[in-house]
Amino acid sequence: MSVIMIFYYILSVALIGLLVWNFIREKESVTDMLLYLMVAIPFVLRVLRVK
Amino acid sequence: MIETRKIKIIMLTLVAIITVIAGIQLYQHRHYDVPIVAGPGVTKVGKLSDYYEGIKGTIADTNVFFMEGEEEGGSMLVIANTHSNEIVAGLTAFMIVENAVVEKGRLIVIPQFNNSGGRNTRAGDGYPLYFDIDTPWGSKTFRMGNRDASPLDQWPDPDVYVHYPEGQLLSYMDVRNTNRTWPGRSDGPLMEQVCYAAMELIRNENIDATLDVHGAETLFPVTNCIVAPDKSMRIATMTSLTVKSKEGFDFHVEPSPSGMRGLSHREIGDYSDSMPFLVEAPLPFLDQPTGPKTMDLLLTGRDPFLLSLSKKGMLFVPYDEEGWPIERRAGQHTSVVLELMNQMARQYPEKEIVVSGIPKYKDVVENGIGYYLTDPSTVDESRIYYE
Repeated sequence: MSVIMIFYYILSVALIGLLVWNFIREKESVTDMLLYLMVAIPFVLRVLRVK
Repeated sequence: MIETRKIKIIMLTLVAIITVIAGIQLYQHRHYDVPIVAGPGVTKVGKLSDYYEGIKGTIADTNVFFMEGEEEGGSMLVIANTHSNEIVAGLTAFMIVENAVVEKGRLIVIPQFNNSGGRNTRAGDGYPLYFDIDTPWGSKTFRMGNRDASPLDQWPDPDVYVHYPEGQLLSYMDVRNTNRTWPGRSDGPLMEQVCYAAMELIRNENIDATLDVHGAETLFPVTNCIVAPDKSMRIATMTSLTVKSKEGFDFHVEPSPSGMRGLSHREIGDYSDSMPFLVEAPLPFLDQPTGPKTMDLLLTGRDPFLLSLSKKGMLFVPYDEEGWPIERRAGQHTSVVLELMNQMARQYPEKEIVVSGIPKYKDVVENGIGYYLTDPSTVDESRIYYE
């Protein structure tokens, strides 16, 4: 795996972390909560490398 | 507070369920193998990695079927599923591999050129994962793939794809498109390696003509046609005229643009002695303004929105209530394959290929594609391969 690939995976994990953190902190908007989770799906699938 | 927590737990559960269900479906699709029977004419089955070891053991490797005649003659390579969402290509290759018998010359077929793309989908466009072809022995299920290789196999994409070796700037996603990565290189991204392996095949096997089989939108001018560079133009033109007069279908000729790089009909001719051709059959499923992207639309090509556009004269092919049945499209391709061989032999008698068993346009339209597919349960296991 090339260095750039490792960097992209780290980036994906960081984005998942940000989205989950926002999901946990969100207290008011149910729509925003759902949005954070939906946006996280492709990043989760990417990091899990479902083949 | 408790209320919010409840909502969050429900949401997490729902999203987890959606992720797991989607993950399982995508996993099954990627690992679903379609059996192909090596027909009576197949003399040898190799792998693309026989020509470049670098792709051995990767998902990019794929089967290569050889049909060799006893008498020496010309050689033709047929490449299908460069874009696996253009299903007519794979079906044409299946009919050839399972039926063709070569008496003179050689015919080589790669039914699943971009194997990674063939195991990919376009979920955002609502692509069906599979489609069925009716046969006299039941229905046969094929995977529907995607235009580009899966990002699981080649990732990340660059911001801009810089074509090798011409340096032309192409769309970022074309780095996964095996009709933009010709002629390829051995140390490039995986799809460039696939094209490099194919170029090695073409050069080492002295392939006289290479045919890349495709399908294209009805709203796109390069459809229902043969694309050919100057060196292949005469054969392409004669083929177009002959199928029109003898078999009654239009199949015009488009010149291969010399300024657009990475395409098979351009680079194969420029980087080898082979004469390249690319054939396109109309594929209404790929047009944007259609109804739901269903298996029915994929196979029949019938769509009310396209019909309405046709009446306004906005399509590049004739279109009526019949749509564009898959049999018609596949039949055009098999007939064009045969006529290209014919015309090559007329122009270069030493490059003659004599082949039987490949159904023509009229046969495929009358009998259907399934009629020309072999039931894998009736043949010896050693004759079955998986795509």
